Amino acid sequence: MATDILMPALSPTMEEGKLSKWLKKEGDTVKSGDVLAEIETDKATMEVEAIDEGVLAKILIAEGTENVAVNTPIAIIAGEGEDVAAAAASGGKGKPNGAAQGGQPAPTPDMQAEGQADKPAPAAKTGDDAQRAPAAPATITNKAKEPVMEEFPAGTEMVTMTVREALRDAMAEEMRRDGDVFIMGEEVAEYQGAYKVTQNLLQEFGARRVVDTPITEHGFAGIGVGAALAGLKPIVEFMTFNFAMQAIDQIINSAAKTLYMSGGQLGCPIVFRGPNGAAARVAAQHSHDYSAWYSNVPGLKVIAPYTASDAKGLLKAAIRDPNPVIFLENEILYGQSFPVPKLDDFVLPIGKARIHRQGSDVTIVSFAIGMTYALKAAQALAEQGIEAEVIDLRTIRPMDTDTVVESVKKTGRCITVEEGFPQSGVGAEIVARLMVDAFDYLDAPVIRITGKDVPMPYAANLEKLALPSVAEVVEAAKSVCYK
Amino acid sequence: MDAGKDAAKDAAQSKPEAAKGGAEAAHRPAPNAPQFTRDEDLHAYREMLLIRRFEEKAGQLYGMGLIGGFCHLYIGQEAVVIGMQMASIEGDQVITGYRDHGHMLATGMESRGVMAELTGRRGGYSRGKGGSMHMFSREKQFFGGHGIVGAQVSLGTGLAFADAYRENGKVSLTYMGDGAANQGQVYESFNMAALWKLPVVYVIENNRYAMGTSVARASAQTDFSKRGLSFGIPGEQVDGMDVRTVREAATRAIEHARSGQGPYILEMQTYRYRGHSMSDPAKYRSKDEVSKMRDEHDPIEMVRKRLIELHGVDESELKATDAKVREIVNDAAEFATNDPEPDPSELWTDILLEASA
Repeated sequence: MATDILMPALSPTMEEGKLSKWLKKEGDTVKSGDVLAEIETDKATMEVEAIDEGVLAKILIAEGTENVAVNTPIAIIAGEGEDVAAAAASGGKGKPNGAAQGGQPAPTPDMQAEGQADKPAPAAKTGDDAQRAPAAPATITNKAKEPVMEEFPAGTEMVTMTVREALRDAMAEEMRRDGDVFIMGEEVAEYQGAYKVTQNLLQEFGARRVVDTPITEHGFAGIGVGAALAGLKPIVEFMTFNFAMQAIDQIINSAAKTLYMSGGQLGCPIVFRGPNGAAARVAAQHSHDYSAWYSNVPGLKVIAPYTASDAKGLLKAAIRDPNPVIFLENEILYGQSFPVPKLDDFVLPIGKARIHRQGSDVTIVSFAIGMTYALKAAQALAEQGIEAEVIDLRTIRPMDTDTVVESVKKTGRCITVEEGFPQSGVGAEIVARLMVDAFDYLDAPVIRITGKDVPMPYAANLEKLALPSVAEVVEAAKSVCYK
Repeated sequence: MDAGKDAAKDAAQSKPEAAKGGAEAAHRPAPNAPQFTRDEDLHAYREMLLIRRFEEKAGQLYGMGLIGGFCHLYIGQEAVVIGMQMASIEGDQVITGYRDHGHMLATGMESRGVMAELTGRRGGYSRGKGGSMHMFSREKQFFGGHGIVGAQVSLGTGLAFADAYRENGKVSLTYMGDGAANQGQVYESFNMAALWKLPVVYVIENNRYAMGTSVARASAQTDFSKRGLSFGIPGEQVDGMDVRTVREAATRAIEHARSGQGPYILEMQTYRYRGHSMSDPAKYRSKDEVSKMRDEHDPIEMVRKRLIELHGVDESELKATDAKVREIVNDAAEFATNDPEPDPSELWTDILLEASA
């Protein structure tokens, strides 16, 4: 029986990659462990190893091919004693073989909202589709009707780039501008970033300013804070914010409080950044959304952007800010592309929400990856005659309550969307503020859509259930509209 | 690395009795202790006395209810910070934990400002918002004053990182107690400081008790000078009651760090006369132990004796110094008692800095 070698996923969020090189040619005998090919994404390079023995009957994807979707058959292996020609002719319909390490096909969440991922995700195949949350529209073509708040001059040329590139450009620009800015963290230099956010920074700025650290978050966060107290402007990258828990004492007790405790003498100009919240299939310890935690602390600013443009403009602002800033990124958003204004120095104000989509019937407040649910829900609602106004908070602390309240005055209804836990979450804070500042304008209770109040499970179906869904957002919006 | 090894070996060899860890051994006057000039001894005497009198006054004000919260006195340990400061140069940074009043005075911070911070008044270094454990002076390069045990070690390593980054030739003097020396982040910091050859001197003030727990009950390795060995960081045990041995070791350690050879550890064997904080009756040790240290190893008395016997300083000259120090401390207490509390509007200031551009 011929075996198909499938394009493997390097990570749970990978959707496609480049088949950069074949190391075996048709007709070669292969045995388990032989390296067949090399594949790469913008994040990493990996070797595809054979698992079965046989003969490489046919190469289906030529080397150098870009954008090969995960799970695409890339070659056929003829089994022992099997007719090679016949196997080759089977045309990639043989028994699929997970092929390589990391061979788990990517169960791609329905994350292709307005920020288009490189291409539509292959539908995840699980046994029980019925149990899964209702599928969202495959792609969202809806761009907010009119840009609501112009943050750059009309007619500015826009370039499409990923969130990952926007973050890298923001750091590079600020490092060129100010010699006191440097970046430190695990794998930020030689490895080019665990998520490739710091790509090429080492090449441009050298090892003095792009500093690989040992895996010691508590220690290097403290060193970063100390350097900031001495007047440098560190960017401390946490491989993910889950690991920042090791360092949270230095973030809270040293970075956030020293200005106050010193009577204004010692500022701490530092940025702590890295991916926050759930990625995909990494379970409880790697899927925690800390937005609410950090937003609880006076002395910190907390930013959680959704678009590449906001990521760039706000990271530049964060690096220039004389205060400690928590900059919460999202692994799933890294690869998504958005238009970014082509300006020499594009800096956005911290603490300003943005009306991402105008509407008059219900206000949906969200931030970061929560925006993907909010925007898809808004489109679904529009099809049902409900126009939602979607507000992207962008900054969690200080929170732009005014923009939310003004919207609620217009719509009389509000729901919040976040992936974090419900209790004492960002949504809870918005609800509390609306009770005071917009009580007389509310026509319905404010509803929070959040991650479920459980540790993040690993199983694909349970993970999906633990996260918010577009359907939940749609349902909540309809219920506050009494429809 | 090699230099580190050698220095550590030298240290171990040159102080075999100290390495045994007995307080008696460590506090026996070194047979060939380096000598101070008359002026150096006079300087050390005055500086240490200022700390002693200041702390006694702080204890008094605490008893009167003028100082709140926690108040950790440095009495008995004065030779450590003064000897270290005598070996440092202007611009070297100092950072320590919560037993910090002595370090502030040693770096030249004003007695008035420190005492007024203890009483929570507007004239305090932190305008009354920091208190005993959280005071800073950018001008004097004193970076606190930290209340979380061990946190200052990573921060002090970060100060050294900044020095190395700027190539400014400065050294970070990072103090911790024997208790903090068991914290995990201390070793993370040791590792990075050695890896990147940062100019930092770690001063472990071993006063033999982490709050109420003696070193032997909390530390598997009670020779703190060895705590950096696995990172190749040289270390020495030093008689921390003798300001001369402190300065001598400090000179060696600071030179090592300043010359680009990386971190250095000094275990200062010292003793605090008072409890851990004002509320600690110190029942975990005998009165004899304390009085023996006071009578036989007091860092200030040793200098005083030397000044009279060795340098021929007249008793009346010392009395004049005593009076002058008392005057400074009384003035500080007076100021700290009468200075108003912070304006209520101060509640809302210094939380964030205004972004400039």
